Amino acid sequence: MSGTTLDDYTDRYAQRMRGMAVSEIRALFAVASRPEVVSLAGGMPFVSALPLDEIAELTAKAIREKGAVALQYGSGQGDPRLRELICEVMALEGIDASAEDIVVTVGSQQGLDLISRIFLDPGDVVLAEAPSYVGALGTFAAAQAEVVHVAMDADGLQPEALRAALEKLRVEGRRVKFLYTVPNFHNPAGVTLSEARRDEVMALAEEHDLLVIEDNPYGLLGFEDAPGRALRARSHDRVIYLGSFSKTFAAGLRTGWVLAPHAVREKLVLVNEAQVLSPSLFTQTVVTEYLEHHPWRDQVKVFRELYRERRDATLDALSTMMPPGVTWTHPRGGFYVWMTLPPGMDSKAMIPRALTHKVAYVPGVGFYSDGSGQRELRLSYCYPEPARIREGIRRLAAVLSEETELRQVFGARSSTVEFSRRGVETPGPELT
Amino acid sequence: MSRRVLVLAGGLSYERDVSLKSGRRAADALRRAGVEATIRDADSGLLAALDAERPDAVVIALHGAIGEDGALRGVLDLVGVPYVGPSAQASRVAWDKPSAKAELREAGIPTPDWVALPHETFRELGAQAVLDRILDRLGLPLMVKPAQGGSGLGAHAVYVAEELPAAMVGCFGYGDTALIERFVDGTDIAVSVVDTGNGPIALPAVEIVPANGVYDYEARYTAGTTTWHAPARLAPAVAQRVASIAVAAHRALGLGDLSRVDLLVTRDGGVHVLEVNVSPGLTETSLLPMAVHAAGLDLGVLLRDLVDLAITRAGSTPAAHSA
Repeated sequence: MSGTTLDDYTDRYAQRMRGMAVSEIRALFAVASRPEVVSLAGGMPFVSALPLDEIAELTAKAIREKGAVALQYGSGQGDPRLRELICEVMALEGIDASAEDIVVTVGSQQGLDLISRIFLDPGDVVLAEAPSYVGALGTFAAAQAEVVHVAMDADGLQPEALRAALEKLRVEGRRVKFLYTVPNFHNPAGVTLSEARRDEVMALAEEHDLLVIEDNPYGLLGFEDAPGRALRARSHDRVIYLGSFSKTFAAGLRTGWVLAPHAVREKLVLVNEAQVLSPSLFTQTVVTEYLEHHPWRDQVKVFRELYRERRDATLDALSTMMPPGVTWTHPRGGFYVWMTLPPGMDSKAMIPRALTHKVAYVPGVGFYSDGSGQRELRLSYCYPEPARIREGIRRLAAVLSEETELRQVFGARSSTVEFSRRGVETPGPELT
Repeated sequence: MSRRVLVLAGGLSYERDVSLKSGRRAADALRRAGVEATIRDADSGLLAALDAERPDAVVIALHGAIGEDGALRGVLDLVGVPYVGPSAQASRVAWDKPSAKAELREAGIPTPDWVALPHETFRELGAQAVLDRILDRLGLPLMVKPAQGGSGLGAHAVYVAEELPAAMVGCFGYGDTALIERFVDGTDIAVSVVDTGNGPIALPAVEIVPANGVYDYEARYTAGTTTWHAPARLAPAVAQRVASIAVAAHRALGLGDLSRVDLLVTRDGGVHVLEVNVSPGLTETSLLPMAVHAAGLDLGVLLRDLVDLAITRAGSTPAAHSA
């Protein structure tokens, strides 16, 4: 008598599906969606701050006047007018680009997937910051690439660490396909690559013939300084740039882009067509109308102010409530604070206790491909109001104090338990 | 007769996700059986919704505290809405694993030796001293799990003494009391017990064979990682004993309507009851639906019969469910 696995397709799945399992953590986060829980977990933009009536108007108008085009298939490269407007957006960060070299994608996440498809074979090496964006790690894992992490500090990626990694891999005879980096207001680390280091990183790229994937969804959301000069502004042919309207306009429109050297752009279009035929022309039309007829730069200012206030509330609450031994980064823009707990603590094992206290965060291990990050965690301040942020951090402090006490009771051996043993934990969109 | 049933799913427990899946599955099954079923979360709007909608009965697909600890059932008794499943009082005992194990042992039903202790005890008496006594008494290996809760969350098998403190800390993340149980090496078996008015009967036992040997959260809910056999591959005499012990456990805890009894069967045919669930999972990979299918029954029809029973019970003795 043979049993059932309740999955009749097991022997048909591609090898890359092995190890993709339902994650306990993901299931626990189902609770985080309840209003009683202060969620400092998800990186959801605060879209309620958008002028929804005006967007409704311009969308209705676009359908009335351009519906026959907007509701049709589009081109695999994306709408030409939108691509011109994207050039204006990127000019704010010093990028001089041609609309011809832009490919519109279903959020920059799809752009990352396109890049992985055209560059990565199983076993290839990708360099990424330590920690790195969880959605990128998932894409690289799906491509069966190996991620080698490069250390960062308060000024972002450390050039010496990058050099050491490149040299070590060269000695091992392993070619690095590209460096993946989030230079501005890093997700999850919250730090920004300094001006001086940007030049150093690009010099290293030149020296080691390194391709750089610059992922920049948060660049226009700086609280203190004018937008920095993008890596792409420093090199046309060494950098593939990923942009997004998810944080500056609306994540639900799923509109992002890739700016790539001409030859790469050709390949991107081919793969994009194979994946989606064309990105939604409807949402591209909405974005185009918004950029053309709405003071979008003012809206970005509104977002900046709103997130700055929340960042301030977060840092203020952390400095008054966190116990000694806990450290965190001080973001000058974007959505995230990265926290490091004292030795012996395990942010993932602490999740159930946090949910009992009705506060949620994302444990650090998801942001590494090598299992590190046990003592680290990400706090997102983008979505809750400042008063809720303060309450969430108060709860988190209570969780930390209970956990610390418990670990003191059970001693040094108490921090080694494996919370989950298998495979890649695919993040839900609410956690990325 | 057309019935309107409210399926409660979600809640604030760690098993919210599982519960939402159970709720959708239960509602679909009921609809296919001709019952008007709607799903709702158990939140601050629940009582107002019950007042406004006055469903004929409630099906509780909530897992974790509120759905299983008797609290919600007590509230439903209070507002006079019939529900499917064990009473508030019986749920309260079954939900708390140490209490349930004590009742089972009292009734002569085999269950692995155990100790249940709140974390304060370790703080006040010194963790190592207490753990040493536990190891002396129960030996190794051990199972450490939260005294309350399901889906294998916070449960760890401990094979060497050095792993015990970490397992305790992992367990206390989920609740204030830990159940430390002698690990019994055997086959995991789940028996669903149903009573549609003619006394409790055991549905075919389901045997669980996790791919990596441990039936943890991932093994439970990732299709393809566990093999189930329904009916279980047990010798007829053992299958008979498993069924009668499951029914005895259901009776000993005073349960009604339906429950799921989790047991271990050792190589020599020994049977041990681990725990009893008053709100069994109803998801695609849950054990009760598999047993229902193996019995040649339909989940929707079974739930509909239990709904009818609950309505009749409430009509004949309004206080039948009170604690």
